[in-house]
Amino acid sequence: MGIDETSPVSRGFVGRRRSPAQAERVPPGQYVTSDFPVLSAGPTPHTPLEQWSFALQHGTERIAEWSWPQFQGLKQTRVTADIHCVTKWSKLDTHWEGVTIDTLLEAAGLAAAPTSYVMAYSDGGYTTNLPMADLLKGRALVATKFDDTPLAPAHGGPARLVVPHLYFWKSAKWVRGLSFITQDKPGFWESLGYHMRGDPWKEQRYAGD
Amino acid sequence: MRDEAPHARSLVLTVDGWQGHEAGQHVDVRLTAADGYQAQRSYSISSAPRASQLELLVDCVPDGEVSPYLTGEARAGDRFELRGPIGGYFVWTPKYGRPLLLIAGGSGIAPLASILAVRAVAARGLPTQVLYSARTPQDVLFKERLEDWRRDDPALAVSLTLTRSAPAGWTGYRRRIDAAMLREVALETSDKPIAFVCGPTTMVEAAADALVSVGYPAERIRTERFGPSGEST
Amino acid sequence: MNASDDMNISPEPSVLDGNAAAGLLQQIFAVDITRAGITCGACESVQPLASLKLHGLPMGYILSCPQCHAILIRAAAHRQECWLDCRAVSILRLTIE
Repeated sequence: MGIDETSPVSRGFVGRRRSPAQAERVPPGQYVTSDFPVLSAGPTPHTPLEQWSFALQHGTERIAEWSWPQFQGLKQTRVTADIHCVTKWSKLDTHWEGVTIDTLLEAAGLAAAPTSYVMAYSDGGYTTNLPMADLLKGRALVATKFDDTPLAPAHGGPARLVVPHLYFWKSAKWVRGLSFITQDKPGFWESLGYHMRGDPWKEQRYAGD
Repeated sequence: MRDEAPHARSLVLTVDGWQGHEAGQHVDVRLTAADGYQAQRSYSISSAPRASQLELLVDCVPDGEVSPYLTGEARAGDRFELRGPIGGYFVWTPKYGRPLLLIAGGSGIAPLASILAVRAVAARGLPTQVLYSARTPQDVLFKERLEDWRRDDPALAVSLTLTRSAPAGWTGYRRRIDAAMLREVALETSDKPIAFVCGPTTMVEAAADALVSVGYPAERIRTERFGPSGEST
Repeated sequence: MNASDDMNISPEPSVLDGNAAAGLLQQIFAVDITRAGITCGACESVQPLASLKLHGLPMGYILSCPQCHAILIRAAAHRQECWLDCRAVSILRLTIE
């Protein structure tokens, strides 16, 4: 919102419930919350599971595609991670379950990713770009459960990308696939000035950071 | 500050250099906590335009971030940042000249109160109908103001409808706004009245659709949607 | 209350309208454009910017056509910059006073 760094303090204003920062776990500029604020770039899509699929694409080639039952049949992984939103709230120890990107590449018969970057794409038109390296070695998964419960639509269900080590706008809600791209290009928020990579530990919030 | 209801409060702000506003406009309010955390919300101005001072109506959203502070903790003498006045669409000036239909839901009465305040000074006698929808009698805000304006000007009519509970002997409406209610209270469409509708999103859309169904063209319906309980952002 | 309760009762984010984007857009256009007639590039319907559906807060302002839901205007402000994508608007019509 055009934040100016010299705003006067509003006496007694605290805002969303926040715990004191635990320095070693919380990136610079973040505030820990126990809420789970919902942020969306558009209305919540409601794709029925019978119509849902997840795909790996390279240009026009559909390398692999899984229906919901097929996706559930892949190796499921549980992850506990801290997540950090660029709007400054962080939530510690969130529990997810789903399929890691490593598992998807293996299931697709790919020994390695064909490109260095991907564009994740979602129902409703949202996109976000990521370096492949940020998705491998267990760093990312396509999650279908939060806290052992199927992911609610308002929080990205039936499936969302979860990449906890980057700002949470990279964890695309309602994800439907990954498109391999040879050159990095900006997705939905990146094209409006948000950082191309978004590492919260380097405070990469906006382009040029 | 002035408590308007158990859950709503009017804040009177003094702003250096403030030059007044057009009825219907809003301001963006930004709060900064001691640790630098910031939050921003928009609130409609409910007062008549005057230099240096404006009044905002804040409805407390139970899990809200800003409204509980503004309706609870904030005290006279506190300061925060303001941007405005803002808005050129949901505004009214006497030069429009046409009869007015003002439809409010809950805290959506705020910008309409500003319109009524300007009207009382600069457009007395302009045929005006207010239709105010609230959940319970305690949720009808600015009761005294509305009564004062109504008493001072026979050309102004005020109708209330309660959607959740009404006291014994209630003579107003007891349901959500619908086409039948609008046919009874709304002004003659041949006079080409302008309608201003403000309140929670679902209420605004239902009222706007009902207005279209009773003959108001979309160009003469102006809408402003608040969040579920009145915060605009 | 555990974290999944938070998840499941978190409400749908408020759907507001273009009025709430007025402050930011006025910084770019130097005049208020909420009255501007916006022609949707997808379905060609026309409505005032104020009547577009607003999502995306607090990261940015995403305004969509209330008729066909196409995203028409995307805007974000951070540090001292405003970024604006209005490619999907075919015509913007504004009376200058």
